[in-house]
Amino acid sequence: MLFRRDTANMWTLITPPTVWALHFLFCYVAAAIVCAKDPSWLPGLRLAIAGATLLALGLILLAGLQAHRHWGFGDDLPPHDEATDEDRQHFLGFATLLLVGLSAVAVLFGALPALFITECVR
Amino acid sequence: MTGSETDEDRKRREERELRAAWEVPTGWRYFSNVNNQIVGVWYTAASFFFFLFAGVLALIMRAQLAVPDNDLVPAGTYNQLYTLHGTMMMFLFAVPIFEAVAILILPQMLAARDLPFPRLSAFGFWCFLIGGVFVGGSILFDAAPDSGWFMYPPLATDTKQTGIGADIWLLGLSFIEIASIAAAVELIVGVLKCRPPGMRINLMPLYCWYVLIVGGMILFAFPPLIAGDILFEMQRLFDWPFFDVARGGDPVLWQHLFWIFGHPEVYIIFLPSIALLAMIVPTFAQRPILGYGWIVLAAVGTGFLSFGLWAHHMFTIGLPALSIGFFSAASEAVAIPTGVQIFVFVATLLAGRVIFAIPMLYATGALAIFTFGGLTGVMVALAPFDWQAHDSYFVVAHLHYTLIGGMFFPLIAGVYYFHPFITGRMLSERLGRWSFWLMFCGFNIAFLPMHITGLRGMPRRVYTYQEGLGWEGLNLVSTLGAFVMAAGILVLVVDVLRPGKPRAPRNPWNAGTLEWVAGDPSEPWGIRSVPLVSSRYPLWDQKNLIDDIDTGRFFLPGAPEGQRETMVTDVLDATPEQVLRVPGNSFKPMIAALLIGGSFIATTFHGWWLGLASGVAGVVAILVWLWTGTARIPEKPTTDAGMGIALPLYASGPTSVGWWAMFITMVGDGTAFLSLIFAYFYYWTVHAAFPPEGSALPDLALGMAAGIATLAAWALMLAARRLNATGRATATRLALALAALLALAGGGLLLAAPWNAGLSPTRHVYDAMVWVLAIWTALHNTAGALMQGYCLAGSLAGRLTATHDIDLRNVVLYWHFAALTMAATLAVLLLAPLTM
Repeated sequence: MLFRRDTANMWTLITPPTVWALHFLFCYVAAAIVCAKDPSWLPGLRLAIAGATLLALGLILLAGLQAHRHWGFGDDLPPHDEATDEDRQHFLGFATLLLVGLSAVAVLFGALPALFITECVR
Repeated sequence: MTGSETDEDRKRREERELRAAWEVPTGWRYFSNVNNQIVGVWYTAASFFFFLFAGVLALIMRAQLAVPDNDLVPAGTYNQLYTLHGTMMMFLFAVPIFEAVAILILPQMLAARDLPFPRLSAFGFWCFLIGGVFVGGSILFDAAPDSGWFMYPPLATDTKQTGIGADIWLLGLSFIEIASIAAAVELIVGVLKCRPPGMRINLMPLYCWYVLIVGGMILFAFPPLIAGDILFEMQRLFDWPFFDVARGGDPVLWQHLFWIFGHPEVYIIFLPSIALLAMIVPTFAQRPILGYGWIVLAAVGTGFLSFGLWAHHMFTIGLPALSIGFFSAASEAVAIPTGVQIFVFVATLLAGRVIFAIPMLYATGALAIFTFGGLTGVMVALAPFDWQAHDSYFVVAHLHYTLIGGMFFPLIAGVYYFHPFITGRMLSERLGRWSFWLMFCGFNIAFLPMHITGLRGMPRRVYTYQEGLGWEGLNLVSTLGAFVMAAGILVLVVDVLRPGKPRAPRNPWNAGTLEWVAGDPSEPWGIRSVPLVSSRYPLWDQKNLIDDIDTGRFFLPGAPEGQRETMVTDVLDATPEQVLRVPGNSFKPMIAALLIGGSFIATTFHGWWLGLASGVAGVVAILVWLWTGTARIPEKPTTDAGMGIALPLYASGPTSVGWWAMFITMVGDGTAFLSLIFAYFYYWTVHAAFPPEGSALPDLALGMAAGIATLAAWALMLAARRLNATGRATATRLALALAALLALAGGGLLLAAPWNAGLSPTRHVYDAMVWVLAIWTALHNTAGALMQGYCLAGSLAGRLTATHDIDLRNVVLYWHFAALTMAATLAVLLLAPLTM
């Protein structure tokens, strides 16, 4: 799977929100540069944001598939509070899966302004 | 130890050993204490004192605003009052109290004897106290900062309009920010590496999750402010024009840097308090939390999203509509994880049988107030609404609802909840109810009307107002409410301070987590023996646990060598890895803090030489502290950790706590550096050309030479690590010495690059920006050379050997970051102008 990680850990846990952060940063920085330097590039910027959004959602989806696997495909439901390797893995997978949902929603939220706002006006 | 020793004898011997190792000194030496149980209490008491002080400032303001055209305090004093009120509440109370409470309860929650770097905690506390007294005390000399707690230029950079107060703010708080980062390092490593055996990541108390996330947030939030402070203070002290439009600067850059810190900070304050609720709610519902994974989602999600909100404080400054949209969207999105936490608490309460003790009363009060503040937050996150409400009392009301509901009430719930754990005494139920209802009613009476005052147009930060604007009645009510709330706080203070409170039984609330194992808080050892954990609520689920801990049947039951020891375990599964010997009491952290603090204070008053001397003495004090207290080679490689296992006493590289501390510190350092790079490119976006037409560029050849020297220093460090590991001491020393010389040469060459080209930092912001990046990087080379010299001395003194190489491994890690810093600086200074 993603980076061939069979074991969920703290890095796999923060992968989805990290993707959100990069997407957010890209949107903000690109828009700041375009609006400051040459607003006529705005249509291109909006396409770029659409592309970045698809890419981010794709990565989050991958992280989600991996998390689903770590969770044990949902065979075992929370609370995942046993002192076993398996429950630790299932817990991390489950928490990551929740973060996948939040990050996907946040990425979509972040993309919406580029969908609706067609000029740089201040 | 001996075969004939009975269980009772063994127990008594172990207790004697532990008591001796963890003894609390008396007399003046009491202040050399570094034990978390003591330092945590000092820290909490100091930040609570600053809270009361800042609260009194608020009462004076409310008295001034009670009636129109009042002349209780003049405008200038009023400016100082609101600036210092905000500053102290944020920097001297809300953030430090998180660190204080965490230092106090986290080790016990993890059944650790102490945090991994107790002296660092003590150092942080002394920095905080010195900086806090310096900043807070300024108002007594009519010298407090007076341009608002976010210090916007161009007002705050104008040395004619703002006096010494602004310098006190910048330098005093920079000093405290260093303490905050130190605490973050300590707490992150504590949560990741000092859990008791068996406490896997899925069994960690939720409080620990929050501490981990908040520690990480501090690492990314505080450094941008430190970078901003550097730019700001360079302008005030040396006239470098970072925020001066006439010479290419831009005041809006400060707003960005401040709020990149400032908004995550709101969550840095809020999450640890919610973390207290996450401990209190299950206890009083008498059932495990419902939705543990959802809380982790909320904590991690909020931690991330809170970094995408900063510009919502800047909606009215003329950002492009598209940018506003991004920040508005993220501000709405953060309501999701925030709401999840509240639903989890409500669900847990619904599923359990709730006992409405005082902590629970405060917890429900907190949820009610915070939800209200959250809803007005969703309102002001929408730019068109914010344009109307901005800088009005509506915002004052909103922020107090979120902070008092989200931070203050949960904290007081925590005070009632943890008081017996800290002091062994119970607070009064009756006074608790009085205090709660006075605070709850007083708060709402004070702040609810402010929404309307704001919508009727009253701006924040005005020292008085005229009659007939429809603000009089509302303001009078707010003032009455503020005093009612203050009465509630007074009742709480009286209850905490009064003598003769009844003794608390052990685990008085029947809680399930390990901090409640502590019986008598006068025993300094933290926990009698470190248990093997197999549940999220060990006290509820693990039979006979307290008795087994008390009789020393678990890990580290004694201290046969008279050393302070705690367990180090691995990040995911808490498998035992090392017995860590933590340093004992010492005045060295206090002395180091006094000297470093002295250099900040002397600089404020332009005492350059005194400041420099104090700073150098501070660095020497830190080196002495490190040399005498860290990386000591143990007298034997392994020790009996109890329960039949032997563990190493020494670790280096990624298994050691020191390596993690270095890594985490350098992440924070790298964030500050990235903030400076951000500043450079920010200027590029606001100028038609940056570097501007006709600017001299840094000398290319000198810059390249600096890069080569630094790269060579880094490569030699890698070689030194390898040579040392193979036992070739002389070659190691040669490599270290050469690396140090190259590092210094690299720093010098880098400074020569702008110097030679004649860049003058007071001419234009481009020159100033080049200089600040060059100085930052050169300083990193210098610090790196100092560390190389330290390793060299260690090798010569026989404390750095092939098998005991923690210092060298940590310095190599530092050099990865230092080399990256140099590479990035050169890319920006030399390459970027070619492409622009």
